[in-house]
Amino acid sequence: MAGQPIRKPTRLEPWQDPGQAPYVRIEKVTKTFGDFVAVDEVSLSIYRNEFFALLGGSGSGKTTLLRMLAGFEQPTEGKIFIDGVDMAGIPPYERPVNMMFQSYALFPHMTVEQNVAFGLRQDGVAKAEIRDRVEEMLGLVQLAAFGKRRPHQLSGGQRQRVALARSLVKRPKLLLLDEPLGALDKKLRERTQFELVNIQEKLGITFIVVTHDQEEAMTMSSRIAVMNHGVIAQVGTPTEIYEYPHTRFVAEFIGSINMFDGRVVEANGDQVLVASEEAGCELLIAHATPAPAGSPVSVAIRPEKILLSKEPPAGETGVGEGRNRTTGIVREIAYLGDVSIYLVQLPTGKTVRVTAPNVTRRTEMPITWEDEVTLSWRPFAGVVLTQ
Amino acid sequence: MKRIGFLSWALWFGYAFLYVPIVLLIVYSFNDSRLVTVWAGFSTKWYAELLHNDTLLDAALLSFRVAAVSATLAVMLGTCAGLALSRFGRFRGRTLFGGMITAPLVMPEVITGLSLLLLFVAMEQWVGWPDGRGVTTITLAHTTFTMSYVAVVVQSRLAGMDGSLEEAAMDLGARPAKVFFVITLPLIAPALVAGWLLAFTLSLDDVVVASFVSGPGSTTLPMVIFSSVKFGISPQINALATLMVLVVATGIFVASIVMARQERQRKRDEQMAIQNG
Ligand SMILES: Nc1ncnc2c1ncn2[C@@H]1O[C@H](COP(=O)(O)OP(=O)(O)OP(=O)(O)O)[C@@H](O)[C@H]1O
Ligand SMILES: [Mg+2]
Repeated sequence: MAGQPIRKPTRLEPWQDPGQAPYVRIEKVTKTFGDFVAVDEVSLSIYRNEFFALLGGSGSGKTTLLRMLAGFEQPTEGKIFIDGVDMAGIPPYERPVNMMFQSYALFPHMTVEQNVAFGLRQDGVAKAEIRDRVEEMLGLVQLAAFGKRRPHQLSGGQRQRVALARSLVKRPKLLLLDEPLGALDKKLRERTQFELVNIQEKLGITFIVVTHDQEEAMTMSSRIAVMNHGVIAQVGTPTEIYEYPHTRFVAEFIGSINMFDGRVVEANGDQVLVASEEAGCELLIAHATPAPAGSPVSVAIRPEKILLSKEPPAGETGVGEGRNRTTGIVREIAYLGDVSIYLVQLPTGKTVRVTAPNVTRRTEMPITWEDEVTLSWRPFAGVVLTQ
Repeated sequence: MKRIGFLSWALWFGYAFLYVPIVLLIVYSFNDSRLVTVWAGFSTKWYAELLHNDTLLDAALLSFRVAAVSATLAVMLGTCAGLALSRFGRFRGRTLFGGMITAPLVMPEVITGLSLLLLFVAMEQWVGWPDGRGVTTITLAHTTFTMSYVAVVVQSRLAGMDGSLEEAAMDLGARPAKVFFVITLPLIAPALVAGWLLAFTLSLDDVVVASFVSGPGSTTLPMVIFSSVKFGISPQINALATLMVLVVATGIFVASIVMARQERQRKRDEQMAIQNG
């Protein structure tokens, strides 16, 4: 399940505006450790005030990419520009970047205040100003009462907020966050996601957040880069990534999805007709990436875009006998409160996942186990994947 | 039940093996008789005599001085070595260097002593320093063989330390030297103290290496004890040894109490944090 984006869309997104220069430009960056390629020819442009998420499974090279931005690792090949300046050979302590570490990395022998003040002291900021800014920062993360404590006297969530305050206090142009919410429980996590977005909008800092939690990436970010084995699989807004995945990997990584293998029968502009034995019907897709007739493709359909009914629905354009419509038997129902998940088995043996909102009470549910049902979807529901 | 009986028996036997000699030594330091093996009643006269034995007192003073200076030097050099080994990352010959720093731990002392003596003699011929053998050469020799111990202690402490702490400091604008003094050093301080104490005790009880590189007028306490034993043990030596045991035991006792208290405090703090969290 994907969450709802928290942020309101702005007028013209910077990545759509050709006049905008990217704030961070990563050009064909490769990083190898011995023979192992951790990051493979990655190119990315990230703009001012973006909340950019790097999403990917474990070991996909997210941390490595972030560490190259912070200056702890040097790219084996390629270049990194921050604000137009080539970062090659510039040590971490001279980059306009701060990082919040996966492990928080709070200095155990310093109090919360000293931890937060550390960065300002390195810059030789006046004592009085340090005090004010530390106070302001601790207020922002709601830790004003904890300034005199040591890190080990704090709970996990409090430590995480100290780490955030410490990385924000220098007002960096670019903040790198490595799994910032990894150690928090679900409730605290959701609250902190909102806090992070608020802070980011209030301070106008560019955030690059690493996460392997797709829901977190969806809710917080302006754009997402999905990484797989060191390669960027797709870059786009949460909606683009969710609704128009380019590859099977992206489609399956974000949320759950039904895949039907088939062959293109007819391609007419951006309308594509696919015959799929697995689905037991023809699939008509509007606004598809053009594919030549005869080529093997997969059609991906999200569970919530499939309509479940006892009787075939009437009067839907593009839906009819043997097209975007098939039948099956309900094998499993999972009741989640707001929605229910149905696993429907088609005569071909394929199991299709469908989610439907529970508009009526559970007890009055018209569809139950072992019912024969009709599955149908509109031409706009499917996505054609060529790989 | 049977196993517990066996275990406690093993325990007592082990500790007896370790401590009976020391207990005997302490008991006989209060012996009234001149003969070490005959008990003739309680007396503290050997302690009084000890206070007037200038040879022993001078030697003791010299030993403490050498131990303190060489332990300090060993901590400095050993820290550098430990730091390089654990923070340089993978470089060519890292394993070789790692092995070489620990080799002196198992090197026979006779060989260490002999090789250092040869070095000092050669150096005196070529550069005119060190001028003869004495306190300087003993101190240098002790520094050489104790710094390996310090390096090992420091290295293991650094290996257990979260490397991202240093990176975080650098990320916040601290240069590498600053990072070392403000972050690394305070965090490995316990290892430095432990390393210093280790080096100090090693230097204090070394006879072999010191015998090779000492000169006239620079006799350390263990050397005095060792040579006086040849003419029969004076109970004064027992008294001196008892005092040394007392000093060492007090040091260890205080150190362990401090550490235990810190640990308890930390546990309490963590408990508190969890409850408040
Ligand atoms: N210093 C290193 N030496 C050798 N291999 C490394 C090093 N750092 C990372 N790697 C390898 O590079 C790959 C990518 O690691 P990275 O830490 O970037 O993954 P990640 O995407 O952050 O994963 P996670 O979500 O688990 O944190 C991993 O397979 C890892 O084993
Ligand atoms: Mg990582």
